[in-house]
Amino acid sequence: MSVTADSSPATSGELQTIVAARRLTDVATVFIGVGRPSTAAILARMVHNPDLVLVYESGTIGAKPFHIPLSIGDGELAQTADAVVSVPEMFNYWIGPGRIDVAFLGAAQVDRYANLNSTVIGDYEKPRTRLPGAGGAPEIAASCGEVVIIAPHTTRTFVERLDFLTTVGHGEGAGSRERLGFRGRGPSAVITDLGILEPDPQSMELTLTQVHDGVSVKRVRDATGWQLAIASEVAVTEPPTEAELSALRELTSR
Amino acid sequence: MAEIVSLKDAVATLVSDGDSVALEGFTHLIPFAAGHEILRQRRRDLELIRMTPDLLFDQMIGMGAARRLVFSYGGNPGVGSLHRFRDAIENGWPRPIELEEHSHAGMANRYVAGASSLPFAVMRGYAGTDLMERTDVASIACPFTGEQLAAVPALRPDVAIVHAQEADRDGNVQLWGIPGVQKEAVLAASRSLVTVERIVEKLQPRPGGVLLPGWTVSLVAEAPNGSAPSYSLGITERDNDFYRAWDAISRDRDAFLDWMQENVLGGVGAAASAR
Repeated sequence: MSVTADSSPATSGELQTIVAARRLTDVATVFIGVGRPSTAAILARMVHNPDLVLVYESGTIGAKPFHIPLSIGDGELAQTADAVVSVPEMFNYWIGPGRIDVAFLGAAQVDRYANLNSTVIGDYEKPRTRLPGAGGAPEIAASCGEVVIIAPHTTRTFVERLDFLTTVGHGEGAGSRERLGFRGRGPSAVITDLGILEPDPQSMELTLTQVHDGVSVKRVRDATGWQLAIASEVAVTEPPTEAELSALRELTSR
Repeated sequence: MAEIVSLKDAVATLVSDGDSVALEGFTHLIPFAAGHEILRQRRRDLELIRMTPDLLFDQMIGMGAARRLVFSYGGNPGVGSLHRFRDAIENGWPRPIELEEHSHAGMANRYVAGASSLPFAVMRGYAGTDLMERTDVASIACPFTGEQLAAVPALRPDVAIVHAQEADRDGNVQLWGIPGVQKEAVLAASRSLVTVERIVEKLQPRPGGVLLPGWTVSLVAEAPNGSAPSYSLGITERDNDFYRAWDAISRDRDAFLDWMQENVLGGVGAAASAR
């Protein structure tokens, strides 16, 4: 391993990871898949929250990976975990009862109520693009304390209407989750490469509350497939600190 | 006690055309060698069952062995699409495939119901999703509180195939590391095959070890490196480079067929293919 001396400005991808890691400063447990969510959670343990408990769908609870895993079941996750449990146990004993504070999820499509599609693009019977499917997402989103969605900000991803509703976020708006009997609070933020959307406390409609440095509100609007609601005051993301950026680059170089 | 036989004989004995066959292993301990043997024996019209189809089912679907797929997440973990899986669904190549898809929680509970010999499992899930319309799930009221819950039917495969680190000469099996749903799959199925990295004189208990007594398993076959490019914790390592390389191999139909001919159907098997 080598510590990189790279001092170039953060890329939008790096910034997205750093912003996601900051959401984990004050939480005890996080449920993560591979890719950016996993990188963000490992970064959070390095910089903000060394006691953060990482839970991967493979059944590894309290994993402490040194390397960014390629799969949720990499050997390093099992070898460093506090406990390794079966898939039925993971869903029935750990996720279902709401023992996990925050879950990170991705998706191919997100709608204005933070509902997610990871099943098909096009018609279900004759899809243009067949996506992987639900995996653990529906029950994770129903039961974890809150959900943070990480997605690239384009009109292909942020759509007026999902081709398939794989995972319920806030359903049809306020009251939907309660009617469905969900225990978790649902999506609390969507972190994109342009900024952060958060549900309006009354309507639960996603609202632009924060833009990353140098990103205009218009640019976010143009990259969203519906008439995006804008908060009365839009914050600007704090730039990455030296500590955050160097830790992230050191992590990805391992 | 489970009989110990060659992998070839085990597959010939247990797997017939048209069977429903679960090959489980959640990222870890995926039974590649057994799946490849099924392909070498040209089994057809299978109902293939796996929570995460992974590269193994991409290969089996791409070779046309499956008439139906039961699954919950069909991606190449950390890499992207399973191209043979997509080609079968999007274009019907090499044959159209019938799908039954669930969430992970649904599949896991279906295996639990199967292993418990119950007709269905009850869980919180599926509510509000389009999966409700597309798969075998029903709403059920709790008889005590009235809460609406989801019911999913038991999975009872004809055959379950899993891979483990070790068995002894009486066919008692031990696996450790990420346990997935292997125990449930074996107990849910009518017949079962466990391939193992090695046969040992005596099993040494391992932390978190899952034991399948020999009398719960039909046949055991030795298949060293039989989970590659997945892995067997403590014995082999996951070949992440091969998972990445599969993206290019599998993208093109001819490149895929050539690779399968050379690395699987030629008889070399998964062990060599992953290197």
